[in-house]
Formats: sequence, C-alpha cells, structure tokens
Amino acid sequence: MSARLHGLLAEFADDRQLLDAVRHTREAGYFASCVEAYSPYPVEGLDQALGARHHWVPFWMLIGAIGGGAFTYWLEWYSAVVNYPINVGGRPTFSWPAFIPPAVEMTILWAVLLGVGAVLFGARLPRVHHPLFESHEFERATSDRFFLLVRGDDPRFDSQATQRFLETLSPLSVVEVAE
Amino acid sequence: MSAVLPRDTLPPVIGPGETNASISAKISDATLHRPTGWLWIGGFLLSLLACALLFVGTLWLLYAGIGIFGLNIPVAWSFFIANYVWWIAIGMGGTFISAAMFLTRQGWRNSINRFAEAMTVFAVSVSGIFPILHLGRPWFFYWLFPYPDVMNLWPQWRSSLEWDFWAILAYLIVSIVYWYIGMLPDLATFRDRAPTRVQARFYGLLSLGWRGEARHWMRLEKFNLITAGLAVTLVFSVHSMVALDFSEGMVPGWHETIFPPFFVAGALFSGFAMVLVLGIPLRKWFGFEAYLTERHIVNMAKMMLAAGLFVDYSYFSEIFTAFYSMDKYDVAMTMHRVVGPYAWVFWGTILFNIVLIQLLWFPRVRRSAAAVFAIALGVLVGMWLERFMLIVTSLYEGFLPSAWGMFWPTFWDIAFLIGSIGMFFFMFLLFTRLLPMLSMFELRKLLASRRSGEAQR
Repeated sequence: MSARLHGLLAEFADDRQLLDAVRHTREAGYFASCVEAYSPYPVEGLDQALGARHHWVPFWMLIGAIGGGAFTYWLEWYSAVVNYPINVGGRPTFSWPAFIPPAVEMTILWAVLLGVGAVLFGARLPRVHHPLFESHEFERATSDRFFLLVRGDDPRFDSQATQRFLETLSPLSVVEVAE
Repeated sequence: MSAVLPRDTLPPVIGPGETNASISAKISDATLHRPTGWLWIGGFLLSLLACALLFVGTLWLLYAGIGIFGLNIPVAWSFFIANYVWWIAIGMGGTFISAAMFLTRQGWRNSINRFAEAMTVFAVSVSGIFPILHLGRPWFFYWLFPYPDVMNLWPQWRSSLEWDFWAILAYLIVSIVYWYIGMLPDLATFRDRAPTRVQARFYGLLSLGWRGEARHWMRLEKFNLITAGLAVTLVFSVHSMVALDFSEGMVPGWHETIFPPFFVAGALFSGFAMVLVLGIPLRKWFGFEAYLTERHIVNMAKMMLAAGLFVDYSYFSEIFTAFYSMDKYDVAMTMHRVVGPYAWVFWGTILFNIVLIQLLWFPRVRRSAAAVFAIALGVLVGMWLERFMLIVTSLYEGFLPSAWGMFWPTFWDIAFLIGSIGMFFFMFLLFTRLLPMLSMFELRKLLASRRSGEAQR
C-alpha cells in the first residue's frame, strides 16, 4: 500500500442507505466536490444531498435552440433576399411564413446536439479509463449496488480515519481504490 | 377507492419479486448469454436476402434510371413515396412512446421505450433512402442542402419538399442521439457484466465510460426531460411536413387542410401497431413476461384503437367534405377512389383500419396477445394501402380525362418494398443480439418509485 489512493469506496445495498450515508459524510465535513455517489439508476434527492444543483445543460440547450433557429432563418433570408433574389410567380422574396418550418426543425436539432455536448462535457465523458474500473466491487454499481466514494484529494481525507468513519455508516464493504 | 372503480384484474406493470439484480440479470443475459437460436439465424438470413434484393435494385436503378418502375405521367408518385411515408410514420410511434408518455409519467412505458426507439431509428433510416433514390439523379441529393456552390444556387425554401429534407434530417439525428444517450447507462451495465474481455471492451467503448455518478444522472435526466419535450414537437412537426408535401399540391385528394393532423394520427396508429408487432414476439422469445406484461399489451392496444379512431374520423371527414363542397373534381376523385379500378385498395384500407380494429373494444380481444398481434399486422398492411390510395388514386384520373392513366407496379417496385422490410428487420435483429432491448435503468427507477409509493401508503 505505497501508492496514493484515489479514494475509499463504501458499498451499500439500497438507495436509502446511500442517501443517509451521503448526508452523514457531508455532515462529517467532507467537501461536496470530493464526495461521489454512484447508483444504478437516478436516485431522487441524491444530487441535492451532494449539494449539486446547478448545471449548464438547459442553458446550452437554449443557446442551441436560439442559435440553430436564428441561423437557419437568417440563411434563408440571406439566400432568398440578398444573395440570389428570384421572382417565383410574384411571391415576395422574403416569404417569411414559408421560412419558418426549416428554422423550427433546426431549433430542435441544435438544442439536442448542444444538450448532448453539455451532458458529456459536464460529466467529463467520454472517458475510457477510470480508477474505479479497477475495483472489482464497482462492477455492480451499474446493476444493483450503491456506492459512496470519498476521494483522496479531500483535505480531511485520511485513509485510516476515513475508513473508520465509513465503517460507522454500516456499509456492506469498504475498499481502497488505487490512483 | 376500489369500491368506485371497476376491479382491475390486469397484472402490475412489473412482475412480482423483481429486484434491481433480477432486472439487470434477465435483460443483460438475454443479449450477453443467450445462445443465438435457429429462429434468429433463419430470420437474419431471410432479411439479409431481402437486403441483397434492395442492393441489387439500387444498383440497377442507378444504372438504368427511374424507368424501371411503373410510374409515369399521370401517376408520377407511387410505391416509393408510399414506402417513405409508411416507414417514417412507423418511426413516429416510437418517439411518441418515449417522449410524450415520459412527460405524462406513464410508468409502464419504461419497459417498451427502448425497443420502440430502436424501431424509430431503423424505420427512419429505411424511410430516408426512398426520397433520395426517387430523385431522377440521386447522386445530386445534396443540392437540397444550402451551401455556397459554384452554380450560385440556393434551395427553394418555399417548397414543402425542402422543408421535408430538414424535417427528416433533424428527426433522424435527434432520434439517434436520444436513443444512444438514453442507452449509455445500460451499455455500462453490459460492460460490467460482459463475460469476455472483447465484449467488455466493445461495450466499454460504446458506454463512453458511464459510471452512474449522481451529478451525471442529474444532467442526463434534465437532458432527457427537455429532449422529450422537443421530441414531441418533432413528432408533430415532421409528420405535418410529410403531409404538406401533399397538401401544398393543387390536386383533389391532396389539397386539404386536414392532412397534417390526419397524417400525424395515421403515423401514431401505424407506429403503435409496429411496437405491438415487435413487442409481442420479443416478450415471448426472450422471456420478458415480467416486464412486458398483459397490461402493456392491453394499454398499447387501447392507444392503437384511439389513434385509429382519429384516422377513421379523418376518412369520414375527407369524404364528407368532398360532397359538402360540391366541387366536381373532389366528388369525382372520391367516386374514383370508392368504385374505380383501385376500389379494392380503398375497401382494403376500410377493412384493416376501420372494421378490424373495432374488435379492440372487447376486453377479451385486447387480452389475447395473438389477436392483438394479428390486428396490429393488419393495421400495418392497412396503413400501407392507405398511403397507396392517397397517392395513386388522387393522381390517376386528374383534371383532364384525356390524360388519365393507370399505374401498375413492376418487379422492382415490389422488390424495393420487400427490400426495405428486409433492411428494417436486418437492423432490428442485430439490435436484439447486440444492445439492451429494454431500458434497465428506467425499470429500476420504476421499481424504486413503486417501492416508495408503497411505503407512503
């Protein structure tokens, strides 16, 4: 055990226990940004318990929507009015109602595309390798087990003290995760 | 409460005794551990054969040109456009299930949305080949895209065909993204349960390193919520554009204001039918009875009936409006449809889309998987006939009797229809062997919400 630890991983049997454990860990003074909770499905209230409220996904989706729609509409106007005005049966070159449908579709498309970008960037994905993947226990994090990780970069982290603290939360197991 | 409502004898949406562990095990084992059966191999070879037909047909089309099909003036649109509308409409049902029923918190949709979304992606992919190959010179299809080209030409933005290009483009990309991002947690489950190293690598790459941290879930959930709202808009707008391809044309039988809502209803109708046609065998062959229960089949059958009734209303309204307007071309078109040489198409549509679905009013029929499967198959046939009717019988006897003419399909017309069905099943069969067929994380979430609901009671 000479290598630095990525953190200590406590395993729980259900979502209630994980939620309680997260609350206790926060009360014990560990930084929210250094405590991570893993579950096989989104657990209600877990993000609040971790103090995580704000994220940029809706913001970027709004930017994508406005940007995609406005750019498409502008392009239609530019190409039909400025760059190549052509008289089609006396219809106005700026046929604004007929320009709406493509702009609507691009509004939706770009909102979704920037949204995906925001989800992946916010979660720092894609990431092919991660210290947690070395842990055998963690394989069940995507099936039926719930995990609490206290990362080694927390100022209060001390491998022995933190281990003792995690044991008090009555987990199924506590294991060390190597860096 | 139970004294007022009639007794609910249907099973709960998720089988008794199911746990997070059993959901993960059953659904991933169905893909990762279940040996490939002869039925699958047979179906796969058959679909491969049909794909080969499509491939040869495409090569022949590129070499010989559009004359290999039966279409000509006056019937310049026929099988290809019918196929296109039929396939893209089937896709709509999947998006509606995953998006609109997510927003309305229909918990039972959690076990059907994944394969319904897969169906959407494959159906839209198949539909996209038809408008492109239907162009006289398909290799110039990119002219629909606005780019600063040396000819200094731009697309015609006022045309509904151009709108359709943007609609298909947006719909295809959004449905692929929505399907894939929603699948990340389940791909991570596959990665962690993979029996071999190769499989673990494969799913590891596909899952992009998903770990299920609370902050990641928070973002994914918000994204799914907003995208669901946008996808509902997309369902209605995309299929309205498909309808506008017709109703912008000054053709009796096409030039109608009811077309956009009528087409959207038809799309949901055939989409729900395809979900049943795929879901009922999946349930049986992969032993998903605990997740795809009788309740799911009954609910889907009810939704199919509801969408079907709206379609039926539209048929009635079309005929009524033609006579009420006393427009002689509209009346003539309607009469040609009902008693003309294509009358069998009209009456076939009536049989499958109006008459047979009325059986679904009976609880006994709704509860029989075989009967619902047969009716849904009929609906798919009926909806194809409907598209053929709308397209061909509006064109073949137009304003000028001297320019009347019949449409007869050629071998290649039929080959492309069969080939497209083959291509769809080719992709869907691969999906059943490679990817999570049901959404495991959403089922676990459903289980958790049912648990906390019971705790409150």
